[in-house]
Amino acid sequence: MSVLVIADHNNTELLPSTLAVVSAALAIGGDVDVLVAGSGSSGVAEAASKISGVRKVLNADHEAYSHGLAENLSDLVASLSDSYSHMLASATTTGKNFMPRVAAKLDVDQISDIIAVESENTFKRPIYAGNAIATVESSDAKKVITVRTTAFDAVAAEGGSASVDSIDSVFHSTESSFVSEELAESDRPELTAAKVVISGGRGMQNGDNFKLLEGIADKLGAAIGASRAAVDAGFVPNDMQVGQTGKIVAPELYIAVGISGAIQHLAGMKDSKVIVAINKDEDAPIFQVADYGLVADLFEALPELEQKI
Amino acid sequence: MKILVAVKRVIDYNVKVKVKADNSDVDLTNVKMAMNPFCEIAVEEAIRLKEKGVADEVVVVSMGPAKAEEQIRYALALGADRGILIESEETISSLGAAKLLKAVYEKEQPKMVILGKQSIDSDNNQTGQMLAALLDRPQGTFASEVVVDGESVKVTREIDGGLQTVQLSLPAIVTTDLRLNEPRYAKLPDIMKAKKKPMEKTAISDWGVTLPSGQKLTRVETPAERSGGAKVASVDELIDKLKNEAKVMS
Repeated sequence: MSVLVIADHNNTELLPSTLAVVSAALAIGGDVDVLVAGSGSSGVAEAASKISGVRKVLNADHEAYSHGLAENLSDLVASLSDSYSHMLASATTTGKNFMPRVAAKLDVDQISDIIAVESENTFKRPIYAGNAIATVESSDAKKVITVRTTAFDAVAAEGGSASVDSIDSVFHSTESSFVSEELAESDRPELTAAKVVISGGRGMQNGDNFKLLEGIADKLGAAIGASRAAVDAGFVPNDMQVGQTGKIVAPELYIAVGISGAIQHLAGMKDSKVIVAINKDEDAPIFQVADYGLVADLFEALPELEQKI
Repeated sequence: MKILVAVKRVIDYNVKVKVKADNSDVDLTNVKMAMNPFCEIAVEEAIRLKEKGVADEVVVVSMGPAKAEEQIRYALALGADRGILIESEETISSLGAAKLLKAVYEKEQPKMVILGKQSIDSDNNQTGQMLAALLDRPQGTFASEVVVDGESVKVTREIDGGLQTVQLSLPAIVTTDLRLNEPRYAKLPDIMKAKKKPMEKTAISDWGVTLPSGQKLTRVETPAERSGGAKVASVDELIDKLKNEAKVMS
């Protein structure tokens, strides 16, 4: 048995989500190899070779892989599939984009978004926005899997000494090409990797008021998130959305401000270790899942909190 | 050009699901069903492309129980032209759905297929990508903007950290994200008219597809409940608890 993990990276840095996917791969068992497909990505391959528990790093470096286009990546991964019983990627927008293509090429169903490895062929995954947990057994010869990275403890980024092999095969679709990218610039930690997340909801009233969260986020080293209601109302961009239809987070501390606690939001944060809710409506459902609920006007509570922490 | 839209009948998104006592699956007995929200966005996008004169026909396909006809009729009421129902009482996996859609694609020869990025029951987020792979066509997933330009389409995609725009040759597969559009509601006269629009009722066997059987659902359980509900009286008490009780703040 051997497992191929497809690394998350931005061509210069290996992203921490990779460490959680390797953790899931080690739970499955067998040899674990990591594929770094990118452009100018040798530094990433170098970093991947140090991940604890990794046997071998495969580095496919070509312009065709620079933007993670699904057409090229899936052809590459499918071409490597002979050597592997399992192929794992994170359930990020990149993994979700190309992995089902790999599965279809191998004529197997994919197992999406696993949160636990029961055995080499049995996995747990949330369905119905996390309101039910399914146990899924696969009898397919190849298992194509995406991993909910917040459900697995990251392995150590250092300590390994895997070899790095170059992969020369290039898959370059002429029918799909990269045009542009607009990425939010921020010094704050990435939402899904942050130890503390502070999120605002419809109660924030407008986008400007999200500034009230920034001072607190800076003091706590927190990422800033939002509920779908706040995104739908146009307060903040969609990449800040925490919930079933946004990002799934599980930080040490999650602070929900002016968020009522719709099922769809809870699905994205209920695995956080400690949940704080600040809301002026004492009947808001968010209080049912909060470890510490503060019934207060957020416009008074937030400045006080910022000043006192 | 012709657009094919796939829609799925799922539990209404406002309904809280319950797990069956024998843990075999969730209980959908007497539960309100509706069109999957991401599929509504797909239908809306196709209709807008028709209204702009980019598309000239919108064909809606659904697979599932006989009652999935309701969801196709709804799409017809919104403005789609014609429906195809693939009736099956069996659960159809993402790969199975992709294989059936491939068969429909080959018969209909659309320039674009639009699907929701995921259904809110199985939450798989696979079918569109699998269809694209089976057809060896390009894909634009999690779309927040779709601009057709001659023989290609520019799709702006919602990715972690922002937006990415890709250009795809047609025919292409597009899957919808939330911000692509805000779906309209069907008007009563249109619902009446939709009853007269053409609907082809078929079985899986009509499409020459064998459903894959590699995956089995062995158990469904309710997730562990959080024991929340405690309140604090002030910001001071909150900070004290976070520092000294939960120890998540220093």
